[in-house]
Amino acid sequence: MVFLDFFYALREAGLKVTLQEWRMLLTCLEKGLHDSNIRGFYHVARACLVKSEADFDSFDRVFARYFEGIEGAIELPPELLEWLADPKPMDELSEELRRALEHLDIDELMRRFQQTMAEQTERHDGGSRWIGTGGRSPFGHGGHHPTGIRVGGAGGGGMAMKVLEDRQFRDYRTDVTLDVRNVKLALRRLRQLTRTDGPVELDIDETIDKTCREAGEIELVFRPKKKNDVRLLLLMDVGGTMDPYFEPVSRLLSALHEERGLRDFKAYYFHNCVYERVFETAQLMRKQSMTTADLLRTYGERWKLVVVGDASMHPSELTSSRGNINPRHETETSGLVWLDRLQRHFERSAWLNPEMPEPWAMAGTVRTIASLFPMYPLTIDGIEQAVKSLVGARAETAKAVLAAGSQAG
Amino acid sequence: MKSSPPSPASPSFSRFERFQGTSGYIASSALVDAVNCALALERPLLVKGEPGTGKTLLARHVAEGLGLPLDAWHIKSTSKAVDGLYVYDTVQRLNDARFGDGNVRDIRSYIRLGPLGRVFTATSRQVLLIDEIDKADLEFPNDILREIDEMRFTVLETGDEVVAIERPMVIITSNNEKELPDAFLRRCVFHFIDFPDVTQMREIVAVHHPNVEKTLLEQVLLKFYWLRDQKELRKRPSTSELIDWITALVRAGIAPERLEAEIPFMGALLKNEQDTRAIESFVARGGKTPKSFGEMGGARR
Repeated sequence: MVFLDFFYALREAGLKVTLQEWRMLLTCLEKGLHDSNIRGFYHVARACLVKSEADFDSFDRVFARYFEGIEGAIELPPELLEWLADPKPMDELSEELRRALEHLDIDELMRRFQQTMAEQTERHDGGSRWIGTGGRSPFGHGGHHPTGIRVGGAGGGGMAMKVLEDRQFRDYRTDVTLDVRNVKLALRRLRQLTRTDGPVELDIDETIDKTCREAGEIELVFRPKKKNDVRLLLLMDVGGTMDPYFEPVSRLLSALHEERGLRDFKAYYFHNCVYERVFETAQLMRKQSMTTADLLRTYGERWKLVVVGDASMHPSELTSSRGNINPRHETETSGLVWLDRLQRHFERSAWLNPEMPEPWAMAGTVRTIASLFPMYPLTIDGIEQAVKSLVGARAETAKAVLAAGSQAG
Repeated sequence: MKSSPPSPASPSFSRFERFQGTSGYIASSALVDAVNCALALERPLLVKGEPGTGKTLLARHVAEGLGLPLDAWHIKSTSKAVDGLYVYDTVQRLNDARFGDGNVRDIRSYIRLGPLGRVFTATSRQVLLIDEIDKADLEFPNDILREIDEMRFTVLETGDEVVAIERPMVIITSNNEKELPDAFLRRCVFHFIDFPDVTQMREIVAVHHPNVEKTLLEQVLLKFYWLRDQKELRKRPSTSELIDWITALVRAGIAPERLEAEIPFMGALLKNEQDTRAIESFVARGGKTPKSFGEMGGARR
């Protein structure tokens, strides 16, 4: 059935629509909740199928693509005509409805439809009123046929389509926007609450409960304090190719600074690639710096390492032993070796890339570094995935590319 | 066709009540459709949206619109799923046992029903608001999944089964503080209350400030939506901040002309030092704010 294509188109667009939700939508349509117009249908479909405002934009785009042309009166999509010509598809259709539909002559329906469309020349804000008041118009009538929805609704459809054109939900896409609150939400998962060590506390609720259940025999219940055990080390690329990403990176940084849940949080800066020194400020001043070797000594392997950088540089800056971009900071060890040491030292690490290429387009140094660190885009979704890989089940990383580099060091 | 009285679908309409909005609540057609979906499907309605967009208010007006009584369960970070079903008041029972009051032998008299338990046992259909479900523990929504799905639960202490007499209409609100589990979401009808556009905002402001001068209000709304459009802002001002701002402007007797040139009492709108500085430096650089909504282009939010 053509209608089912819409379901698969949604799934293809990355929406997690399941059959359960699809059934919900069909039930609603069967009960006539869409009021025989496309705006109603759009609302009902969205309420049933989409469960996050972050997916509204994707939904709108699929919907617009799929039901495009409904708005334009003359150009009816062929599938619509197909439906009209063969009005039997859904088993949810009651006998009564079926009989009612048979009375409708396709030509008559089409003629009236075009006529209504012609009468309604301007975009009508309360578009649904035009045709769809509970099936009093022929199109409302036809509209209760599942295929008729769009016909009945076409007159009032302008509004829905207008909304779709505006893409008013674009700002809610989680793969695009990055504001501090969103980032904080994404970081919320950066938690490993443990009760293993530390001082114990009296669990008052449990004590009272136990005592009462024991008919008044005092029973004290103790438990260790809950606390977050996550310590986070952030290394940030600054300057040069990173300049355009100042905004998103600073938002990530302020969200991390505001994140009170972490047991410990430290941030250092580097330029281009990590070499023998990391810096405490974005000005990269030597007197406020620390050797990378010290960094590895100071921060134990239980710290979670997050590197933010575009990982794009000249290959020699990554692999040459004299590759440091600043000639005054000469180095014996190549950047790749330092990155490898970091990655090996910390049990969990992740790389956030503000300029994440598509996997197929990964080339050069990005590819090399992505084979070393699990790399995620610097978006809400990316941060969420990175956090999951930092605290969740252990992720596998390919280290094939690295073998050559580490021997060079 | 007009002669054929009730439309073919009308028999199915009669099976459930329809919500049309109430006089005190301006509901968008999308919201009305979502409420009716939830009613028809007998599924919970999950409502999300920025703070101050009227999520909690919705439940009250749905109840009013349908003429059903409302019960509310306000979730806290310490809320547990079982609290919504029933609480076994062991402390009271112990107290009674010590002092010889009440019927200690009957555990049933110490079982206190929670909000879910109350709407299940009510003899008429009820509206239940589960407010700010995202405040509770991550597992919380999963814990009430079965109860909301099957509308029944068992009191462990007595073995009694509580089955809903009339399936309540459940409205759940979330501020997006935590992600809700997929299994939970699949069972809900979802609605996102979008930030009000200029027209809706005028209606909202009219409720709070019926006597604001027209030219002032225009400037206020223009500045407000312009501010919300600025990408540098870390926290965009919300409706309640707009209302406060207007109060401040009116009390100080600010003329609309002054508002055209600057943004007085910015502290009422921006609650973040960096945001204030960003806008100040924008103005100091000679940045222009728009003079009309037309200049702002398609941006309405």
